[in-house]
Amino acid sequence: MNNFKQNLLKKRYNAERRFQWYGKIAIGLALSFLAVFMFQIFSKGYSAFQKTWIVTEVHYDKELLLIDAESPSKDDLENADYYDVAYKAMTSLDPGLPEEEDRQLIQMVSYKYETEVKDLLLKNPDYLGKIVPIKLTASDDVDQVHKGNYPRDIPEKNRRVNDYQLQIYDMLNERGDILSEFNISFFTSPDSREAELAGIASSFMGTVFSILVCLAFSFPVAVLAAIYLEEFAPKNKFTDFIEVNINNLAAVPSIVFGLLGLGVLLAVFNLPRSTPLVGGITLSLMTLPTIIIAARASLKAVPPSIREAALAMGASNMQTTMHHTVPLSMPGTLSGTIIGLAQALGETAPLILIGMVAFVNTIPGTPVDPAASLPVQIYIWSESAERGFVEKVSACIMVLLAFLILMNLAAQIVRHKFEKKWS
Amino acid sequence: MSKIKAENVNVYYGSKQALFDVSIDIAEKEVTALIGPSGCGKSTFLRCLNRMNDVIEICRVEGSIKMDNLELNSRKLDVVRLRESVGMVFQKPNPFPKTIYENVAYGPTIHGIAQSKEEMDQIVETSLKKAALWNEVKDRLDEIGTGLSGGQQQRLCIARAISVSPEVILMDEPCSALDPIATAQIEELIDDLKKEVTIVIVTHSMSQAARVSQKTGFFHLGKLIEFGPTDKIFKNPDNQQTQDYITGRFG
Repeated sequence: MNNFKQNLLKKRYNAERRFQWYGKIAIGLALSFLAVFMFQIFSKGYSAFQKTWIVTEVHYDKELLLIDAESPSKDDLENADYYDVAYKAMTSLDPGLPEEEDRQLIQMVSYKYETEVKDLLLKNPDYLGKIVPIKLTASDDVDQVHKGNYPRDIPEKNRRVNDYQLQIYDMLNERGDILSEFNISFFTSPDSREAELAGIASSFMGTVFSILVCLAFSFPVAVLAAIYLEEFAPKNKFTDFIEVNINNLAAVPSIVFGLLGLGVLLAVFNLPRSTPLVGGITLSLMTLPTIIIAARASLKAVPPSIREAALAMGASNMQTTMHHTVPLSMPGTLSGTIIGLAQALGETAPLILIGMVAFVNTIPGTPVDPAASLPVQIYIWSESAERGFVEKVSACIMVLLAFLILMNLAAQIVRHKFEKKWS
Repeated sequence: MSKIKAENVNVYYGSKQALFDVSIDIAEKEVTALIGPSGCGKSTFLRCLNRMNDVIEICRVEGSIKMDNLELNSRKLDVVRLRESVGMVFQKPNPFPKTIYENVAYGPTIHGIAQSKEEMDQIVETSLKKAALWNEVKDRLDEIGTGLSGGQQQRLCIARAISVSPEVILMDEPCSALDPIATAQIEELIDDLKKEVTIVIVTHSMSQAARVSQKTGFFHLGKLIEFGPTDKIFKNPDNQQTQDYITGRFG
């Protein structure tokens, strides 16, 4: 009998130990997946935060600039012709190159090199007539070669960088005229067809505006709905029906909301296409049930004794709700809202349907300017063929993840810092 | 003199009847204790007196409850006004998670009792003094009320209740969550308060009823079995059930 009991006890301990191991294995598995995922993104994306420049010399020759005035004004500099000056700056890298082959050199920098030459002079008007060094944005192909992402051993005709260009690159690199610096323009430039110029400014602003619009529409509606349903509405079949539907709404695939936005906001109300305004409203439809559910849960969590205390003091229902219940439920409601917004932040499908997938090469200044959003930007770049976009996709994912982590962190802080402890 | 006069009060929770024909006269500026085993309806009756049963949707109250000839069990009654003159202290201390000052000032604020900051300060001070809490908290009025000890919290709730100068205070087992020392303080307080206020107290402790009350009502299974002067109920009850209960034979 004693032996039997001992065996039983041993079995129970073993069962518990086994169970704990299953749990540990599950967590380990999840963590290793996460590690692989993060490694993939970081190893591919970190190079996008570096920008490659080609350093050459530019001669701001008044004659070539077609400037006649003795002391030219800002307008004169603005309207000068920079084509020849810029062209000479690049071709001077290899003076022996026949003129008909010059494109090979020009292709090594971004097509905007002429603007860069112009901008430098506009910033430093005293460079006029002088020979000064200048940094030009390297083309995405040179950029990729410099970052070691471009294999040199494939046949020349399959390469976008030919042997001559590689030779020039090597020469410049040896001279130290290839610079690698932090890529500010990735954050300050809008999207571009050229990988070396493309940035996330337009999609980042699009995301910010969308989230703000989403917050402005969903938060008041959701909180009012939650307060009414939880504190005032009679409990009957109809309110049960509404509750079930809110829960169902939270489970509706986001693309359906996109179709709704397309069908109602664009087709019926004629709101401007491709804008954060429409995107934000569409996302707010999606966020609404999430916030309602969170707000109701946190209203429910306020102890009934607080309501009784206020009612017994002669507070009306409205006063009880506004003075006590709602303020006490706010931390939970707010963290639920942030979680809802974080979900909306990562949504792609509904935004594609309402046209926020358009190529936008301007930075939106208001919610009614066309814009993309970060997840859509990831989608757009991942469709692009150029090698330079591969790292941009990963870099954009990193920015999106950072955004998400910040928001979830904010939700945690709100919950822990402002939540009242009950006695 | 009678303050509250209840006649044939019946209370139903849905289809279940919780109180049967309760009639009771509660005298002014006295302490009336309601005793009885759990689930006997004494708290239900107490909550009829400030209409707190309104909160429970399935609850239905029949009969007449008059306070100074004002019918309490009427749809037309303004419960906000009623609760201004009938305060309540609950079983578990339930101060608002706000400062001590705000806890006491809440009632006067919503009822517009104080005209100025000085007046409000005065009300807060008097209420806390009457609740015998002033000396303990006067230097930390801006601390959160829920940070006080259990007994202090309950006295804070009493201060909150008397801040609007009610005519009646209902107490629903106010000491059941407190230790004996805190209980003794509350009982002393009740003794002081009855000079100005009519008090109805529901209690599980028969010794407490005997100590603090002048009249006692014994409830059993939703019926008021016996009601009379506390001395008589405890020493020489008319009813056998009352006798059995107070001698501890059941309950």
